[in-house]
Amino acid sequence: MPVIEIKNVSKTFKTVKAVNELSLTINQGEFVALLGPNGAGKTTLIEMIEGIQSPDKGEIHIMGKTWKGHAHELHHLIGLSLQETKFIDKLNTEETLNLFGSFYNLPKSRTEEVLDMVNLQAKRKTFTVNLSGGQRQRLALGIALLNNPKILLLDEPTTGLDPGARRELWYILEKLKKEYNTTMILTTHYMEEAEYLCERILIMDKGRFIAEGTLNELTQKHGEGEIIEINLDKEINLSGISGIKKTNWEIPNQKGRIYVDNIAETLPALTAITSTQNIKILELECRRMTLDDLFISMTGRHLHE
Amino acid sequence: MNNSLYQIIVIQFKSFFREPAILFWAVLFPILMAWVLGIAFTEKGEGNATVYFIYDLRKSRSLEKERTETFGKETGNPVKVKFLYKSKEEALEAVKKGEISLFIEEKGDSLIYNFDPANAEVQLTHLLIDKGWNKNASRSRMAALTTRGTRYIDFLIPGLIALGIMNTCLWGIGWNLIELRMKKLLRRMVATPMKKSTFMFALMITRIILSGFESVLLFLFAYMYFDMQLEGSLLALLLIYLGGIFAFSGIAIIVASRTSSSQVGNGLINFVSLPMMVLSGIFFNYHNFPDWAMPVIKSMPLTVLADSIRSIFIEGYSVTEILIPLLILFITGAITYIIGLRIFKWY
Ligand SMILES: Nc1ncnc2c1ncn2[C@@H]1O[C@H](COP(=O)(O)OP(=O)(O)OP(=O)(O)O)[C@@H](O)[C@H]1O
Ligand SMILES: [Mg+2]
Repeated sequence: MPVIEIKNVSKTFKTVKAVNELSLTINQGEFVALLGPNGAGKTTLIEMIEGIQSPDKGEIHIMGKTWKGHAHELHHLIGLSLQETKFIDKLNTEETLNLFGSFYNLPKSRTEEVLDMVNLQAKRKTFTVNLSGGQRQRLALGIALLNNPKILLLDEPTTGLDPGARRELWYILEKLKKEYNTTMILTTHYMEEAEYLCERILIMDKGRFIAEGTLNELTQKHGEGEIIEINLDKEINLSGISGIKKTNWEIPNQKGRIYVDNIAETLPALTAITSTQNIKILELECRRMTLDDLFISMTGRHLHE
Repeated sequence: MNNSLYQIIVIQFKSFFREPAILFWAVLFPILMAWVLGIAFTEKGEGNATVYFIYDLRKSRSLEKERTETFGKETGNPVKVKFLYKSKEEALEAVKKGEISLFIEEKGDSLIYNFDPANAEVQLTHLLIDKGWNKNASRSRMAALTTRGTRYIDFLIPGLIALGIMNTCLWGIGWNLIELRMKKLLRRMVATPMKKSTFMFALMITRIILSGFESVLLFLFAYMYFDMQLEGSLLALLLIYLGGIFAFSGIAIIVASRTSSSQVGNGLINFVSLPMMVLSGIFFNYHNFPDWAMPVIKSMPLTVLADSIRSIFIEGYSVTEILIPLLILFITGAITYIIGLRIFKWY
């Protein structure tokens, strides 16, 4: 039985189709990333799964159950963090966890375990207003983890964190996957995050999924291979170099992107030509296609704008 | 044990006591107000007056230049009068300039009180002086009522207790809910198995305890400083208090049922509380308002609450005498709770 099953779900706000006829099936233990620019409909979709919003059309089943009539059971199954929650200002970290723990009838010892898990032992007596952004996100994650959820639904859990703090959160989630076989949906603007944590990536735009798969699958299906970004001191003549799929110049034949099948084959030829044409290379960067590149090539827009 | 009802109550207490400003406004401010108003209207200071006295020069005796005498001590509003001995011309001149509004002329054995008709108060002064000088000749006597229950402070304290109940509910519950919704904490909490009824119940229990604490402090102050007493039944007081909390927490839930904007919330709470604060006779008797307004004023929950508390304190009412107000408050509470929870936006 799939853990989460979404069938033809739509949600409209006045004139905005926030979620448009989406279907999705997620199995036990899968980590799924919802990736998309602002306003893509990620929060709306995830909140419908959380039972916070209800769809205009379509059905959502979690462990075979719908929200209607099973809210209490489902609340016990799910752990979630909202996009930017604030806490009660003058309560400290420990008290906040105790409060939420009491809603699940958990003993206070669970607070200790969670404080360890999200690494907030040192901040247990700090008022939530005085926590840093990253600490607050960890507290939100801690609350999500209190009830040992089978399903984790995290809305932008790492937005606004520095790379170190982000990585720390990734490790916590990775561990959950290994130890508890948790199922997770996470929304993010960071493709490294999707790539690192999730085997399945869903790219969302304007209420629809526009691509789905692992990063490799996505780049193979939609991408144009690899990219050489180059900046030269004068114009180059590329004729005669094989393996170039497409070019995208900022300054014609001088500065821009060259999409190639395989960097290892094309790069030597390229450098050889620069020396025969007596051109100096000012900048050179070779990389695999990123999801952002992919997104640009699919929609003409950046993921984070 | 980690009971959620207990936890919600405890966090309310913690946020209350960790916010010194709230503590000041909810606890200290009413006491301060009672103190200032109580003194201002209960113990009036001495009045002062200057009066010119014109001797009948035909009578021979030694003449003083000035003298001070206090009259009306027995009225509770004593007036200290300074007599200056002048001529009639000087006196008329001083009246014109507004320096004095009364002068006394001696004509043989009789005294003529001349006063400025524009000043009504001076008539009172003249009576006090006359009475003071003829103590033994008069049959009548003046006595100020200083018994408990008739002083302004006795009127004020029950009103302030009622006002405190309203404010603690509207701000403590209403504002609190709006803030939780604004912070998305409300939706975070109902996304757990927390029972909504437990949550609301905990908010009410918190207010019962906190407001009780505020009221007791206020009364203790009045008891120690102004010697105020509870004449009626303590049980009646307790019941009407619970009725007040129930009614106003229901109203608070309606007020906070939908908005997630602090400005709108602030406006709504003021919209509900300000008219009652002005009209319900907290600071001054509402019988000065026109007759047609009476039915409206008397049906306001704050009026019902304040009047009942006052009757219990001053007139010594017992439970049977406050049954109707009690019923009104509990019905108000029940209706507002039902409507409020039905339209309440948790998400
Ligand atoms: N309560 C609402 N009322 C009106 N419009 C809404 C509401 N919630 C969302 N929308 C609209 O629906 C669309 C999708 O919003 P949503 O919050 O799901 O986007 P998102 O992908 O989570 O964006 P972000 O990355 O900025 O969080 C947006 O155009 C938004 O304006
Ligand atoms: Mg969002």
